[in-house]
Amino acid sequence: MNVLASIRIALRALRINKLRSALTMLGIIIGVAAVITMIAVGSGAQQRIEDQIKGLGTNLIILMPGSTTAGGVRMGAGSRNTLTEEDGYAIQRDIPGVQASAPTLRGTGQVVGGSGNWSTVFYGVTPEYFEARNWVVAEGKGFDMADVTGAAKVALLGDTVARSLFGDADPVGQVIRIRTVPFTVIGVLERKGQSLGGQDQDDVILMPISTARKRVLGQGAGRLRTVGSVSIKVRDGEDMKEVEGQIRELMRQRHRIQQDREDDFTLRNLSEVLATREESSRIMGLLLAAVASVSLLVGGIGIMNIMLVSVTERTREIGLRMAVGARGRDILTQFLVEAITLALIGGLLGIVLGLGGSLAIGHFAGWPIHLGMEPVALSVGFAAAIGIFFGFYPARKASLLLPIEALRYE
Amino acid sequence: MSTPLIVTRQLAKSYELGGHVVHALRGVSVEIAAGEFVAVMGPSGSGKSTFMNLLGCLDTPGSGEYLLAGERVSGLDRDALAAIRNRRIGFVFQSFNLLPRTPALENIALPLLYCGVPAEERERRAAARLAEVGLAERGHHHPAQLSGGQQQRVAIARALVNDPVLILADEPTGALDTLTSCEVMALLQQLNAHGMTVVLVTHERDIAEFAKRVITFRDGAVVEDHAVEWPKDAAAMAEELRTAQQPRPGALA
Ligand SMILES: Nc1ncnc2c1ncn2[C@@H]1O[C@H](COP(=O)(O)OP(=O)(O)OP(=O)(O)O)[C@@H](O)[C@H]1O
Ligand SMILES: [Mg+2]
Repeated sequence: MNVLASIRIALRALRINKLRSALTMLGIIIGVAAVITMIAVGSGAQQRIEDQIKGLGTNLIILMPGSTTAGGVRMGAGSRNTLTEEDGYAIQRDIPGVQASAPTLRGTGQVVGGSGNWSTVFYGVTPEYFEARNWVVAEGKGFDMADVTGAAKVALLGDTVARSLFGDADPVGQVIRIRTVPFTVIGVLERKGQSLGGQDQDDVILMPISTARKRVLGQGAGRLRTVGSVSIKVRDGEDMKEVEGQIRELMRQRHRIQQDREDDFTLRNLSEVLATREESSRIMGLLLAAVASVSLLVGGIGIMNIMLVSVTERTREIGLRMAVGARGRDILTQFLVEAITLALIGGLLGIVLGLGGSLAIGHFAGWPIHLGMEPVALSVGFAAAIGIFFGFYPARKASLLLPIEALRYE
Repeated sequence: MSTPLIVTRQLAKSYELGGHVVHALRGVSVEIAAGEFVAVMGPSGSGKSTFMNLLGCLDTPGSGEYLLAGERVSGLDRDALAAIRNRRIGFVFQSFNLLPRTPALENIALPLLYCGVPAEERERRAAARLAEVGLAERGHHHPAQLSGGQQQRVAIARALVNDPVLILADEPTGALDTLTSCEVMALLQQLNAHGMTVVLVTHERDIAEFAKRVITFRDGAVVEDHAVEWPKDAAAMAEELRTAQQPRPGALA
């Protein structure tokens, strides 16, 4: 008996009990949809972290001021102003394994320009910052060391800031005011998207560090040139741990820290943090998929249940088919095809529902969604496997019936 | 004469039911030649159906031997028995046993499905058989849309579709009225006239008289086996019944 004929027989049998078939399929539909949605959400989260690692560069170290101890209570990292601009330059100069070292000052403020105003974060940086943090200038140009030396009032806008102030118009060459100080916009930065913590990385303005210090933050010339942090990019192929050790050594020397005293700075290897997060999000994704598979399993048991009922109900039909010459394997094929058809139709509907559900979650909840071909192929394979696995026992039971007993069955 | 189509030697079958043994058949030896029309009779429980199921390879004997066209059937495996049922034997049942919600043509083509006949050929042969039993226009009707007699004719067409050497009919008229019974018997007689071997179980003497030979069972054994000298003509009887049922033209005048 050929497969085409089996499929036709299966479809007729399923049509006869429409509601029952639909309810049985529902288990598979929900299972497959759940698996696809969970995988889409899980791998979406993972994808975002991967993108962030790429955006960050895999070899970024952040140097921050150390923690202080006030009355026995340790304050958070960065609570002491021990880091200076010169520390940043020294790291660039003295450690060959460092590709770019960029001291950074951070500030917040109101920006007015174009057609609106906006509250945002600005960073005073050196030209190395673009290299260290993988910023690309999308329009216009960046600034150079001369702008830093001259404390030029030039700024680069992040995508979000540019849009908020200028909409679709070109901001390059326009004048904006940051905390009332007029700046000329010389460039717009390429979009980066959300950060790890879900913050908008493009809600930012970059300017020369000297400009930020003297003209915006208003720190006097006589004071120590402290900075908030230093972004350090290690050269490709260098051992991160080793370079980190060299930086620590250099900083202890520069800050004259005694052998038995703690560092007054903190070194953070961001890519390690991200790698840990990636791992945990991967495990989370696997867990979600595993939970979803349980519903698929339940759907499979539903198929087995219905197939057993169907074999019992149709015992006389089986007897008749045997009487006119069906062999055990013909009956086996027939019921197996029926179970697989049930599972596959359910699987296909489940895929449609799963894809729709994933897109809806992406759209309404704003979660990152990653739809790949693999989970779809996997679900189809899984649905077919369920049909075979859970259909086999009832089908085999049918195929082993004795013709005369099946014919006489009431 | 060449070897008989059916030879049974001391065919026996017993069932165990709750500790005690029921001897359904106790050593039946018969020979049936090709082209015979045999009616099997006997009281209820005498083993007629058991005997037919053994002839049809639907069941296996407890002991004894069964040769179909000279081939020893007892001892063959399930698949070989299925092949024999498929190619050599056509069944007609009391309860028709048509697949519900399946068009008549597909019901008739069912045996062809299990011997690899391509779809078009199946359809063609099924349609030819349906025409032979006089239901050419009913090919797409489901069993529920046919009368009992029509259903049985579809079942006979199904039994014939794979050109068997033997038709086995267990009380084929048991669920039919007299006229329809006669029509079905006429069909079987017509087949027999064209050389088909027919074995029929019935407990109605009227029906048995259409056959050429009557074998009588009692308590699982053959007690009588005789030829019918002048079998009745079922077609003629059906015609007679039909005219008797119709109001005579002018009877009211
Ligand atoms: N599957 C079975 N299990 C147990 N006993 C059985 C079985 N099939 C038949 N028998 C017994 O075997 C005997 C013969 O049964 P069989 O069906 O051959 O009778 P029959 O002549 O066809 O009767 P009827 O005219 O009523 O159809 C009966 O006593 C019956 O109870
Ligand atoms: Mg019987």
